[in-house]
Amino acid sequence: MGTQTDRLTDIGPPHYEKFLHPVIKKNYGKWKYHENPAPGVLCHVSETGDRIYTVRAGSPRLLSIQTVRLFADLADKYSGGYLRFTSRNNVEFLLDNPDNIAPLKKALTDAGFPVGGTGNAISNIVHTQGWVHCHSSATDASGIVKSVMDALCDHFTEQKLPAKLRIALACCLNMCGAVHCSDIAILGIHRRAPKVRHDTLNKVCEIPTVIASCPTGAIRSATVDGKPSVEVIEEQCMYCGNCYTVCPAMPLNDPENDGLSIWVGGKVSNARSAPSFSKLAIPFIPNNPPRWPEVVDAVVNIVDIYARNARKFERMGEWIDRIGWPKFFELTGIEFTRYHIDDFKNAGLTYARSAHLRF
Amino acid sequence: MADQKYPTPLLDELEKGPWPSFVKEIKAAAKAKPTAEDLLGQLELSYEEKISHWKHGGIVGVMGYGGGVIGRYSDVPEKFPNVSHFHTLRVNHPSGWFYTSDVLRKLCDIWEAHGSDLTNFHGSTGDIILLGTKTDELEPTFNDLTKLGFDLGGSGSVMRTPSACVGQARCEWACYDTMALCNDLTHLYQDELHRPAFPYKFKFKCSGCPNDCVASIARADLSIIGTWKDDIQQDDAAVSEYAAAGLDIQKDVCDRCPTKCMDWDGKKLSINNRECVRCMHCINVMPKALRPGKEKGATLLIGAKAPILQGALLSSVLIPFVPADELLETLKELVSRIWDFWGEYGNNRERVGELIQRIGMSAFLDAIGLDPVPEMISAPRDNPYIFFQGEDVAEGTAEDEEVQNEATVKETK
Ligand code: HEM
Ligand code: HEM
Ligand code: SF4
Ligand code: SF4
Ligand code: SF4
Ligand code: SF4
Repeated sequence: MGTQTDRLTDIGPPHYEKFLHPVIKKNYGKWKYHENPAPGVLCHVSETGDRIYTVRAGSPRLLSIQTVRLFADLADKYSGGYLRFTSRNNVEFLLDNPDNIAPLKKALTDAGFPVGGTGNAISNIVHTQGWVHCHSSATDASGIVKSVMDALCDHFTEQKLPAKLRIALACCLNMCGAVHCSDIAILGIHRRAPKVRHDTLNKVCEIPTVIASCPTGAIRSATVDGKPSVEVIEEQCMYCGNCYTVCPAMPLNDPENDGLSIWVGGKVSNARSAPSFSKLAIPFIPNNPPRWPEVVDAVVNIVDIYARNARKFERMGEWIDRIGWPKFFELTGIEFTRYHIDDFKNAGLTYARSAHLRF
Repeated sequence: MADQKYPTPLLDELEKGPWPSFVKEIKAAAKAKPTAEDLLGQLELSYEEKISHWKHGGIVGVMGYGGGVIGRYSDVPEKFPNVSHFHTLRVNHPSGWFYTSDVLRKLCDIWEAHGSDLTNFHGSTGDIILLGTKTDELEPTFNDLTKLGFDLGGSGSVMRTPSACVGQARCEWACYDTMALCNDLTHLYQDELHRPAFPYKFKFKCSGCPNDCVASIARADLSIIGTWKDDIQQDDAAVSEYAAAGLDIQKDVCDRCPTKCMDWDGKKLSINNRECVRCMHCINVMPKALRPGKEKGATLLIGAKAPILQGALLSSVLIPFVPADELLETLKELVSRIWDFWGEYGNNRERVGELIQRIGMSAFLDAIGLDPVPEMISAPRDNPYIFFQGEDVAEGTAEDEEVQNEATVKETK
């Protein structure tokens, strides 16, 4: 360390105040109400009477610096250089001059970035890395997101749903993204425990490290064909990929068996009903790149049925609570299987424990 | 594109359609960067074979830090040598994800000098993700980032990069200053963020109101959700305007209130604020007429986590209300007690929520010195298997009580 005296560490992130629009700085904590004059446009009004306009556009999250620079140029031209990103990977431009809204919307749309995602719409899909960067992914993330959003783009640019609809995708059940509490969650799943490569394992990995890596204790030492190796107790494996992370001789990915599952009815917000987890709708759909048509169809079908049947303000889960799960499966035509019945810890909590049935 | 190094017929399909295309982004970067070009080639191979071609392969990072870099190696480096290393840096974002065009351009310049030209704005924990570079570029990238005033975020068994909703910067519902709290916590715990010393990860997320725009109740070990104690601020004239404009206040507001504590007689809206559970529905529907009260603060909840290992959890109430101006001090105090206990008793890879599941909330409260209050539960227990404390039973001794506290394994099913 002594050699590099000018090396900075532990400085933390820059203070946000440096990046705030002057109107925001002046009215910080003084906002009174907001309006949603058009899809993708918000107007916040302060107690001082000042107004700040927000224009929101969808992005693919994975951005080249060329596109980031394009956003910077648009910000310079229309919003005094001020912009931000949302927790769902949308980009927002902050304007004090409403005359700039229309030209900015046009510039964004022309550049291929749809304006929307506000109000009772489908916002951007929160998602993870997939085949672009992660070793344990059971599917790609960006490709499915692109395909699903292509099909649902009108629901992003318009506000015609009964309530907000939030979709998220994680490419394995480690779920590095906010998926489990979504109206619709698309989740990559592995269905087979890692296949141990007994011939190389002892050469490329430390056996005690491999055993210790397993969070469920599913790995134990074994001698196979005279070689020291490990074996996996299949019923105990949760397909988390930790063993593969520490040892390449424990490959988990499997083109035949990996695929997607679809979950519905979760939410994070406390509005009306309490936050809740997404529940299993479709246990398995095989991977079908590049556009995963079966996944797209399944999601579009659920969205359509929901949009046609839910009452105003009813989120997916609130609608299903009202009509009941049998009706959900009937309306969507999704097959109910043994996999829908929980058999993990505390499974009984989701069993029907009353005679309250709808016919 | 005729001069593309690898043909990508499958990925090309993802350039079509109205939604912005990540393939176009990778191709834009590939014009200047062989790294992005090889990423495209390897991704096409994954699309053909339906399998990831990445592997882990040892820890990489910058000097003195135990996290902030995700090491990644190709498992087909002979085909795609430029992504043989493809490490990612997590860069701690400014609170609220606010930027100027100027600082974004400078970040781009740094990444153009050292990496693949590919980014994520943002990763799902909130960090800026600089996607893909070689091991020997990590330290130079880090040095340029710190000169610009940025630092790395967390990865591994550390405090992860805290995040906050836009809060008082642009939201009238924020019941405390989420961005300031997030920034303060991040700066306060730099050591905990950069040097793994915990059993597993620990996340703070700051939402300004119960709409919980950063999903703290689902994703944070410590969820800080703004709320208010007094009455909803009500502007009767604005209520009438909504009614005149065609809002069906009975059906769309009162009937949707979860506690049915609102009453509309056709002229006047009355709220029984003592029965309101602060769900935000009525405020969301009539933002001009209704606002959170004036006595503002936050509810602290603990223990959300994803399914690994024992199943997922949502956070549950730990402290029902902390006034806004006491939040930072209360959190400092509370977190030091939680981290001490979790550090000592947590198993390896046990999130604090799972520790609580294992030992029971009551033992956890004892350990961190909090009194139980009824706001913590949805209902009292419905089973009779009560483990009475030593001091509460006649022949109890002080040792018994200690054994109880230490045992920490009683099942409370
Ligand atoms: C249905 C499929 C699900 C998907 C695709 C999914 C996906 C995810 C993702 C991507 C995250 C990361 C959040 C972040 O970026 O910080 C996450 C976190 C979380 N998930 Fe899920 N999840 C699913 C189901 C569930 C279920 C069923 C539960 C609970 C029963 C759950 C509880 C949680 C919790 C508590 C977190 C926060 C974890 C943390 O911060 O470490 N999830 N989930
Ligand atoms: C045992 C469970 C988990 C494992 C083994 C795991 C593993 C990983 C790995 C390997 C990556 C790197 C992906 C890449 O190649 O860039 C990653 C990224 C990430 N993980 Fe996890 N993860 C786990 C759980 C979680 C949970 C529960 C959360 C959040 C609640 C989370 C949040 C993230 C985030 C935010 C990223 C950044 C990448 C992105 O934004 O897509 N992880 N995780
Ligand atoms: S969800 Fe799974 S596959 Fe996707 S980035 Fe996280 S660990 Fe990797
Ligand atoms: S995938 Fe996870 S649960 Fe399965 S054996 Fe490997 S470490 Fe254990
Ligand atoms: S969580 Fe509440 S305060 Fe924060 S941005 Fe969302 S609505 Fe506003
Ligand atoms: S905030 Fe929710 S609970 Fe309270 S009055 Fe409004 S709708 Fe009812």
